[in-house]
Amino acid sequence: MATNEATSNVKRIQVRRFKPEEYPEKHYLNEEKGIWAWMTTVDHKKIGLMYLASITFFFFVAGVLAILLRTELLTPARSFMDADVYNQVFTLHGAIMIFFFLIPSVPAALGNFVLPLQLGAKDVAFPRLNLASYYIYVIGALFTLFAIFTGGVDTGWTFYTPYSATTGGNVMAMTFGVFILGFSSILTGLNFIVTIHKMRSPGITWNRLPLNLWGLYATSLIQILATPVLAITLLLLTMERLLGIGIFDPALGGDPVLYQHFFWFYSHPAVYIMIVPGFGIISEVISTFSRKVIFGYWAIALSSLAIAFIGFLVWGHHMFTAGQSSLANMVFSFLTFLVGIPTGIKIFNWLATMYRGSIDLKTPMLYALVFLFLFTIGGFTGIMLGALSVDIHLHDTYYVVAHFHYVMMGGMVMAFFAGLHYWWPKMFGKMYSEFWARIACAILFVGFNMTFLPQFVMGAQGMPRRYFNYIDQFQSFHVFSTIGAYVMSVAFLIMAGYLLHSLLKGKRAPSNPWGSRALEWQAASPPPLHNFHHVPVIINGPYDYHKPMSEFQLGIAASHNGHHHHGDEAVKVEKSEKEQA
Amino acid sequence: MAQPSVTEERLEHLKHYFIDSDQQFEASKMGMWIFLVTEILFFGGLFLAYIVYRTWYPELYLLASEELHTFWGAVNTVVLIGSSLTVAMAIRSAQLNQIKGLIINLWITIGLACVFMVIKYFEYSEKFAKGILPGAHYSYEGIAHEKANIFFSIYYMMTGLHGIHVLIGIGLMVWLVFKAKKKVFHSGYYTPVEITGLYWHLVDIIWIFLFPLLYLID
Amino acid sequence: MNRFSEFMLPPQKSTLAEHTDALFNFVNVTSIILLAGITFAIIFFAWKYRRRSENDVTPVITHNNKLEITWSVIPLILVMIVFGWGLNGYMNLTTPPADAYEIRVVGKSWLWEFHYETGHVSVNELHIPVNRPVKLIMSSDDVLHSFYIPDFRVKMDVLPNRYTSLWFEATEIGESVIFCTEYCGTAHSNMLARTYVHSAEDFITWLETAGSADDDLPPAELGEQLVVRNACNTCHSSDGARLVGPTFQGLWMAEREMQDGEVITADENYIRESILEPNAKITAGYQPVMPSYAGTLNDRQIDAIIEYIKTLSN
Repeated sequence: MATNEATSNVKRIQVRRFKPEEYPEKHYLNEEKGIWAWMTTVDHKKIGLMYLASITFFFFVAGVLAILLRTELLTPARSFMDADVYNQVFTLHGAIMIFFFLIPSVPAALGNFVLPLQLGAKDVAFPRLNLASYYIYVIGALFTLFAIFTGGVDTGWTFYTPYSATTGGNVMAMTFGVFILGFSSILTGLNFIVTIHKMRSPGITWNRLPLNLWGLYATSLIQILATPVLAITLLLLTMERLLGIGIFDPALGGDPVLYQHFFWFYSHPAVYIMIVPGFGIISEVISTFSRKVIFGYWAIALSSLAIAFIGFLVWGHHMFTAGQSSLANMVFSFLTFLVGIPTGIKIFNWLATMYRGSIDLKTPMLYALVFLFLFTIGGFTGIMLGALSVDIHLHDTYYVVAHFHYVMMGGMVMAFFAGLHYWWPKMFGKMYSEFWARIACAILFVGFNMTFLPQFVMGAQGMPRRYFNYIDQFQSFHVFSTIGAYVMSVAFLIMAGYLLHSLLKGKRAPSNPWGSRALEWQAASPPPLHNFHHVPVIINGPYDYHKPMSEFQLGIAASHNGHHHHGDEAVKVEKSEKEQA
Repeated sequence: MAQPSVTEERLEHLKHYFIDSDQQFEASKMGMWIFLVTEILFFGGLFLAYIVYRTWYPELYLLASEELHTFWGAVNTVVLIGSSLTVAMAIRSAQLNQIKGLIINLWITIGLACVFMVIKYFEYSEKFAKGILPGAHYSYEGIAHEKANIFFSIYYMMTGLHGIHVLIGIGLMVWLVFKAKKKVFHSGYYTPVEITGLYWHLVDIIWIFLFPLLYLID
Repeated sequence: MNRFSEFMLPPQKSTLAEHTDALFNFVNVTSIILLAGITFAIIFFAWKYRRRSENDVTPVITHNNKLEITWSVIPLILVMIVFGWGLNGYMNLTTPPADAYEIRVVGKSWLWEFHYETGHVSVNELHIPVNRPVKLIMSSDDVLHSFYIPDFRVKMDVLPNRYTSLWFEATEIGESVIFCTEYCGTAHSNMLARTYVHSAEDFITWLETAGSADDDLPPAELGEQLVVRNACNTCHSSDGARLVGPTFQGLWMAEREMQDGEVITADENYIRESILEPNAKITAGYQPVMPSYAGTLNDRQIDAIIEYIKTLSN
């Protein structure tokens, strides 16, 4: 084994200091040119950006759908769309947000960009597979778009049988699209696990692994263990529609509750695919902007794994009213509460990290604090829903809708924005307007709470989810909620504006604008095609803010630094020597 | 090795993002193992459906499995186990730099895989002729159980998916033969042979579970 | 506290509602206290420890076992309380008293049918006696539904080919809304019903007279009532508007093209068949989603509905 256990106590390594190059002329964005070079690239950073562009597109599409839904719900009866259209719109909003935005957002987009950089590797372990994952994602997306334009899908994102086996529209294309998409997720997870195991730079031991990578590692484990079950479930569902195999369809002798077990066995862990990488980002951001050693490194790292593990055992809490046995409900309820503990531990650890720190409320930190607040609400309402008797009342009402939006949007999407603003300078070498970014964050915070707080109340009062019409007493809540959604869309427009401005006219970013100790900030902004011209050597943890920056910029000059096919090794080596301080 | 060797030559097969051959080999192997885990979970869903329905309708499985030909199932089991042996011999040949042996062993494996598929084809067509078709097209009257269609749905899903895996394996091994003829593999680099072998063993193992679960009930 | 509870929750109208609400309030109050603490800490730290200069030195605090055990154990105790409390309530919710009055419930897209011991069937109207445990034995004729009465804090999925049940004891006379909470297609949100809670005597009277009360109505008028009572109007309008199914207006003796191309005339036999065997003939452009009313409507009621449809001809 080459790189893993290369700590100083095994073998002495001669290291030199490599200061990152400031404002590089040549970097990964301009080293290869043309659309073809982009489409065939195996560079993890570019693939990350391609994912980023794709998920932005889907976030926009599903966001517009959300606005349409909220607008329709302004009045208790039909406002401007028919019930069938409404049912398709909420199905697509959910399915696109979950499968095409949330699941790939942090792992595939941000994770792809940052994971090899944080490991000091030149790329992921299987770059071609990485590119293939992206195209599998695109093919899955095309199937979904095909489904939308050939009859649509009105089953809800859960595709419950027997409704999904019998309804009109093109459910088959949709489930097949999601089936394909699953493989993209599996392959990304596989790639990340192998990369983290085998491609760490000398000195990156397991206790110096950035917490972001612990988050991605836990996520990848869930991806490879849960997604195959979704794949087989959706394959069976596709076959149900194609051939009528009857395993889930009671009309043919099958069992619809079995489908729910299959589906939630994946989809509950999928919730953690969506949130656990967010924990990783928050750990990085809070430590960086508090300029302080992370509190409880192992507690945070292991609680991610614990959540991933327990997450596999709680799927039944989606089915408290589905007709499973009381014993099953009791066990699932009990296990559900256990998830609350590692989650709580994380929140307290982050707070403790801020204690006596040197806190700079830059945009990523603002998003991290917004995350803390909103995710805590999501967590507490999760406790509420885990309680059996209360869940009987609240199940399938707007309370659940509000709860998972607090977790998914208030948690994951805010963490995603924290990460996006945090790594943006590294990705594009440009700074964005701090002023407008803070404004957008504030508006988003207000709009989000306006949208979803009223939903807790109307849910507790009995408003069921997935309702096109509703009884008049809920109207004031719905109107308030809809206004909140409009407020949020203003924040997104501002965000689109200043990020676009940053791309086109933004100030150039230094290599380490936040003063972070993490390894990705020791590469140039934007990084060169193969990340580092040297092999980085790590002697300190990524959060050791009490040690001088010079101890974080060490490495070995590599004679073969990834350009063997260009035949210009000598030049490169010279260059990296020039870079030395 | 504790540190990247500066003097090592960049070998033809060594990708630029790996530091040396060992790292590349270990990464590929680990990747394949993880992939096999996902495959097991993928089939695991079907095994679960099998178990659930068997618990609910044990008598159905007794009745329906009589329609399956234990003899041909057993032949196929032997065929696949044999092919696992030849694929292992192929890896051995590659390790010993015996490229000719590698190619011959791969061809034998491909041949055995084809024999498996041919037998499967005859099994399927015999059932189709009887009206034992998958899903809603099921029209066979010979089994006195209302859920007989479900047993065969599970049968077709399991053996069908397994069959697709065999076909993919055949494709991979044909590709390996071409690569081997181009002298790509040698004792220092045979990763694709090794990981295809791993995959093939899994295909074999899944069949070893399918055979008793479907054919040998009573 | 009471005000907060009233704002958040519907009125308590069953014996078990109080238990559920108490837990709901406990979790809410505990959460709000903890959330206030966390929020205060976030804001206070962000202000107190704001960055003063680029050269700020921060202390090295890697962990603190006592603190970490505290904030693991206290939440653990809290959630275990919530678990036990919830389980206790749930056991009550799932254990009906032996003497519960049984009513059979059938969910169909998109209506609820209630079958009483007398053989009477009411659609979208659940009549029950007050202060007496009632057990509903439920199944579905087609896809999944879920039966939910917010005022009673009860909910249970309704499945095809399987029975599920729930029970409650209403504590006051009045009406409560019933929702379907498992998404079931186009008119999911119109699958509403009402619970009518009667005094014990009134309930017996209702049960005895139900079904015979219509005897003296003229057929067309009875038909008009039946169309509403049996939720026909969820999918079929009588003013020409297009809903899930074809409108009744102008239907009588109209020539309609079916999905298979056949053209039929909407006469008595066609309408009767469409009520009893809805999927035998499907009008072109519509989905085969109507449930059968065989066993729900008797011949006299079907005649009345046909008479009513006749009055809507152009």
